[in-house]
Amino acid sequence: MAPPSPILSTCKIANGRIVVDGTVLFEADGADFQAFAKAAYQHLGIAYPKFYKMDCLSKLAFLAAEILLGGHPEVIAGNGPAVVFANRSSSLDTDVVFQQSIADPENYFPSPAVFVYTLPNICVCEISIRHQLKSANYFFILDTFDSDFLQTFAEDLMASAKAEYVLCGWVECFGNAYTATMWLTGGGMPADFARDASLQQFEK
Amino acid sequence: MEDLKLELKKNIITVLNLEDLKPEDIDDNAPIFGDGLGLDSIDALELIVMFSKEYGIKLTDPKEGKKIFISINTMADYITAHRTV
Repeated sequence: MAPPSPILSTCKIANGRIVVDGTVLFEADGADFQAFAKAAYQHLGIAYPKFYKMDCLSKLAFLAAEILLGGHPEVIAGNGPAVVFANRSSSLDTDVVFQQSIADPENYFPSPAVFVYTLPNICVCEISIRHQLKSANYFFILDTFDSDFLQTFAEDLMASAKAEYVLCGWVECFGNAYTATMWLTGGGMPADFARDASLQQFEK
Repeated sequence: MEDLKLELKKNIITVLNLEDLKPEDIDDNAPIFGDGLGLDSIDALELIVMFSKEYGIKLTDPKEGKKIFISINTMADYITAHRTV
């Protein structure tokens, strides 16, 4: 069995706070996710106007991925990292918005821009478009966050040479309750071994 | 007509979530697709919905859109001639 791959970086977004590798990167009033996401986008200095058109789930996943991939540009080379995400509510947050737009026959104006986000894996597409990823991607619907499941799935992808790196994450959003727990894994060697090897290289 | 153009710009910014733009940033004659506002095909569908919802104009032939959604001026001209609300 192949040794576990290192976790290169982690990012958690919840309750108005963005924490990267255990350090708070950004903090603001998080009661209204849309307002929080806009503040985070501006704070991070991202220039990608399409962000404003995304639904909440995509904004959440986009922000976490932007931070992780921005900190590790080397993983985007080639086809880029595979993406393995999961959540509990699928795209229900946007499904509800769309349903409301068609509920009243007297005021029936279904929005195409809302409809395109009524699938959870669209958030993966947004990240792939942004970073030009041509890699495999998966979106699981699970009852609860299961990091072992996601990491094991990522390890299998890497062991079968389908990806060198994998962006894993739990991205859950419904109403103003939101949590993204995302991490970047891969590189072929466990963390300690990689560090030792690089030291040996340095000593030569 | 100037009031309609200003209202149209505000509606476009709101409906298409163009949060980085203000009405005065949009040139009346500039193309709104392509290099103009950088709109895409989903935005075109949203504009069709906006025409129906805000101005009572139902566009059933997609080819019509190509002649209407060129610039603020062409949209305002069409609304003036065809609006029902």
